[in-house]
Amino acid sequence: MSSNKFNWFKFSSPATFYPLAGKMVPWFSGIAVILIFIGLYMGFFVAPTDYKQGEGYRIIFVHVPASWMSMFIYLVMAFWAILGLVFNTRVSGMMVQALAPTGAMFTFLALWTGAFWGKPMWGTWWVWDARLTSELILFFLYIGYIALHSSIDDNRRADRASAILVLVGVVNIPIIYYSVKWWNTLHQGASVSVKSGSSMASTMLLAMLIMALGFWAYSIAVSLARVRSVILERERDTYWVSELAEIKR
Amino acid sequence: MFKAFYIVVMRDLLLAMRNRSDILTTLFFFIISISLFPLGIGPEMDTLREIAPGVFWVAALLASMLALERLFAIDFADGTLEQLLLTPQPTTLLVLAKVLAHWLITGVPLVLLSPLLGLQYDLSSEAIQALMLTLLLGTPSLSLIGAIGAALTLGLRGGGVLVSLLVLPLYIPVLIFGAGAVEATVSGLGGAGHISMLGAILLLSLVMAPLATVAALRVSAE
Repeated sequence: MSSNKFNWFKFSSPATFYPLAGKMVPWFSGIAVILIFIGLYMGFFVAPTDYKQGEGYRIIFVHVPASWMSMFIYLVMAFWAILGLVFNTRVSGMMVQALAPTGAMFTFLALWTGAFWGKPMWGTWWVWDARLTSELILFFLYIGYIALHSSIDDNRRADRASAILVLVGVVNIPIIYYSVKWWNTLHQGASVSVKSGSSMASTMLLAMLIMALGFWAYSIAVSLARVRSVILERERDTYWVSELAEIKR
Repeated sequence: MFKAFYIVVMRDLLLAMRNRSDILTTLFFFIISISLFPLGIGPEMDTLREIAPGVFWVAALLASMLALERLFAIDFADGTLEQLLLTPQPTTLLVLAKVLAHWLITGVPLVLLSPLLGLQYDLSSEAIQALMLTLLLGTPSLSLIGAIGAALTLGLRGGGVLVSLLVLPLYIPVLIFGAGAVEATVSGLGGAGHISMLGAILLLSLVMAPLATVAALRVSAE
């Protein structure tokens, strides 16, 4: 993901990006498996039981990292969307396209685990509270992006049109993030913040951070794998694709 | 520059006047969908008074969304849109003119009609005033935000359904603060805060939405 930042335009061509992504996928998949395994183990067996919420709180180790990723992936999509609109680089649009399903999945996961957490703690699967609602809107935004992109046949137009949509929707991210601060609703405030540090035990925090990094690596691995497929699909008529070892075979 | 703005507004209004069924369809959609709720929920006035703000706002949202398709589609089909994009006048201004005309055609009638429908829901006069005020502030934002969706889906198959998927999530803040203002007024809390938020959304979309719309139009019409 970060490759384009360092080498600027070298990897903005699908032909150079494709092998690079191929090399990075196994690394990030490995890191993701290891980190998620460690994170889950620490979360379920090492971290102490919460004195108020009992064992039920342990879903936090999936819920919070998934929510972080759901927002973060949208920001990454917006970043690629800007790059694509400004520099007209082809890989940018493909990256946005590859990230969207992962982002939608994490948003769904955040909502789903949130429902599982809400049932024992609040006694309800769903409340129309500010954070839940704005996360739901985020999910709709992902779906809207995917729908718009897939209904435009011309790839160039699809990339540019849906990039605009992503940038319009980016307004929602700060709303989700600050919703628990702005509106005093049922969803608890953020447990971890940059300024005041964390309000929970250090093992819990560590497990959560490891899970977040694991999800991060997972997102990178999956979206890179997906972008490879997107590249192959779009560039299927080019010479360099026909020269690839896996195509020739 | 302002002459071009004026000409585009007048042209769109004239076109709408010549083809009145378009305006009336949206308006009657608004009326019918609002009238359906008492039939579905039951005629208890207490319930109706409680749900009225939400019902009115959702109906306004859907009505203005239905009208979006006409915003650019006809001009796109006969090539007018391309000419508009090629003119030396700033395109944002022309888009703003088209959105203004669209709002005058589809938004203002809803605002004017809402007191009458409010009586059906047995709303108090303060509630009706608040409803009109919020609709007056909110519907232009709906037209502005909707224009982005209309521009993005220009000339696509299934554009009508797609535009709802793109635009409705972005409408939600307007819905929340619009209906919230009326509810707050009814319950005696005072809707000033919500109304200020609606105004803020309107100003923000007034500045940002035409830019995004122009960018989307350029992508769609290239």
